[in-house]
Amino acid sequence: MIQTTHSANPVTKERRDRFLSRRSVIEMRARERARALLDRGSFRELLGPFDRLESPWLPLQGIVPESDDGVIIARGQLAGQPAVIMAIEGAFQGGGMGEVSASKIAGALALARRDCASSKPILPVLLLETGGVRLQEANLGEAVVAEIHAEIIALRRHVPVIGVITGMVGCFGGMSITAGLCSYLVIFPQGRLELNGPEVIEQEAGIDELDASDKRLIWSLMGGEQRYETGFADALVEDDAELLKQTIRDLAARGIPARHRSEKVEEYRRSLANIDPAAPPDGPALRRMWPKGDMQ
Amino acid sequence: MSIITPLSSRGRTWFQALAEKAQPVDTGLGSVLVADATWGGERVRLLAIVPDQRNRFPRAQHGELGLEEGWALAHHVREAIAADSSDAKRPIIAIVDVQSQAYGRLEALLGIHLSLAAAADAYATARMAGHPVVALIVGTALSGGLLAHGDQAHRLLALDAPGVIVHAMRKASAARITRRTVEELDELGKTVIPMAYDIRQFAKLGLLHELIAGIDADAPSAAQVAQVEERVAAAIADIRKRPGDLTARLDNPEAKVHRAASIEVRKRLAEQWDAS
Amino acid sequence: METLNFEYEAKGPLTRRAHVGVVGSGDLEVLIEPSNKPTAVVRVRTSVNGYGQVWKAVLDRFFARFERAAHVEINDFGATPGTVMLRLEQAAEEVWP
Repeated sequence: MIQTTHSANPVTKERRDRFLSRRSVIEMRARERARALLDRGSFRELLGPFDRLESPWLPLQGIVPESDDGVIIARGQLAGQPAVIMAIEGAFQGGGMGEVSASKIAGALALARRDCASSKPILPVLLLETGGVRLQEANLGEAVVAEIHAEIIALRRHVPVIGVITGMVGCFGGMSITAGLCSYLVIFPQGRLELNGPEVIEQEAGIDELDASDKRLIWSLMGGEQRYETGFADALVEDDAELLKQTIRDLAARGIPARHRSEKVEEYRRSLANIDPAAPPDGPALRRMWPKGDMQ
Repeated sequence: MSIITPLSSRGRTWFQALAEKAQPVDTGLGSVLVADATWGGERVRLLAIVPDQRNRFPRAQHGELGLEEGWALAHHVREAIAADSSDAKRPIIAIVDVQSQAYGRLEALLGIHLSLAAAADAYATARMAGHPVVALIVGTALSGGLLAHGDQAHRLLALDAPGVIVHAMRKASAARITRRTVEELDELGKTVIPMAYDIRQFAKLGLLHELIAGIDADAPSAAQVAQVEERVAAAIADIRKRPGDLTARLDNPEAKVHRAASIEVRKRLAEQWDAS
Repeated sequence: METLNFEYEAKGPLTRRAHVGVVGSGDLEVLIEPSNKPTAVVRVRTSVNGYGQVWKAVLDRFFARFERAAHVEINDFGATPGTVMLRLEQAAEEVWP
């Protein structure tokens, strides 16, 4: 048997080692993702499964609830600094926000703000894997998502609020507004960010407007790389837990942005005024028109 | 040459009624109406989204909250914040009759999510800066439209009238997705209150400051307009006494019954926040 | 949604609790907690109705080997019997011995 050995070129070895030690975030459940971002031994879950704060509304409709209602709130250290991770479980009801799940996030943000205001800084990180408001809780899901928005707008005056979109569920509906309000947004190439899901656009506007099965088109409009290249996200990261953690740490170190993306009203109005809906740009064209870092 | 008559809408009806003697503000958009009225001697800014068949974005011609609408709301709310920065903080009234957000390829590409975020941001910023912010729901308040235009108010008021609907999705679409008939959805709304399309059921959630009865939402009399104006003014006075934030919506008898879980979550989170 | 209840004899108590799984399509979550009662009490909530006998068969087989007094909760979204057994065993591993 002939054994072939490759030369131990440092670059090759390092990359091979990194590849072997790479941990996919996309393959992790929400609880694992939160654990992966926090320093070893520091993970502490609040309102976990055994607290049994379930949806009061799903069983009434014959839908099996989850013990944590699909959101994990975990405190701990992220690269040595106090952090709270709010992770949405995309496998449960598509990550849809219900009364309890959204209240866990809004409540955690409020407590983080209380801490920051009393000189106990804590970094808030949202793992956004969600279709938006959970339809089966409609008006309450919506009302509490509005509370999440209010909390972020208040909290980001004290500390940067970091949003992360990994996929494969993506970040849609009212929670895409949440992403738009974050101080910094990290996105994976597999991630998608948009107010309306492709199926909903196709349903409401017709298949000529958008074919929801056309994955290339979908990612060219709302995929991670597109959003990053057109300034809607601050970092594009490969699917690796350690890389993601470092990116979050680096973004947090920048501090609160002087102006948040959602405050750049005049810049976006001007940019939109230059777009002609009768001769609309496609994804690649928009990258040339709205290069990242352009909306200053 | 044909003259396009603007599509009527409750948003337009109520804006025109409440802004009758007001100073109009040029928004440059047929779909966004803004005016500064004088109520009881003080300036009040009114904002509404209305259908505009000539909207240059074809997917936002029927009263949807689209790209330009979101940024325009943000602009005109921030304009009031800046103008009043060393002055009395004028109340800001969102007149809510929004079909939904605009659905389209261009909307997706150009970041409608951020446009709506900007509107929500501006209203919240106004609220936090000391402007009394009131949302008056006169028609439909669906989904992203409400999140951007109304939900960040101190107080939500609604007309107790047919066609006043708050929901996450149009009934026909919701029926399709949940695989029920429209009739079954209506029945469901009787026990699963957050799913109801009826504004009186919605009121049980404790989110509304007031449900204003006895008003013809489509063609109000002068007396009815005056009554609504008076109720909004009362809400403004109430806000000035106890501004609070959105958690004030949890502090009422309805919320204690139908939002017990929201209250419990926040309470238990606070108990567990600091490690024992 | 169907709710099924089962009870099994136990030989002794537990000291640890465990949670595994997710209520996602084709999956389930299992919560096992120590119980004061001398039995294992199981509540199954499942999105697929009419499989009571299949649940009984799986749980009978599991509890024949897992003889601890426990409060067991299963929230199921259409998992196969194989997946159910897998999750039960994962949870059991965490609490006993």
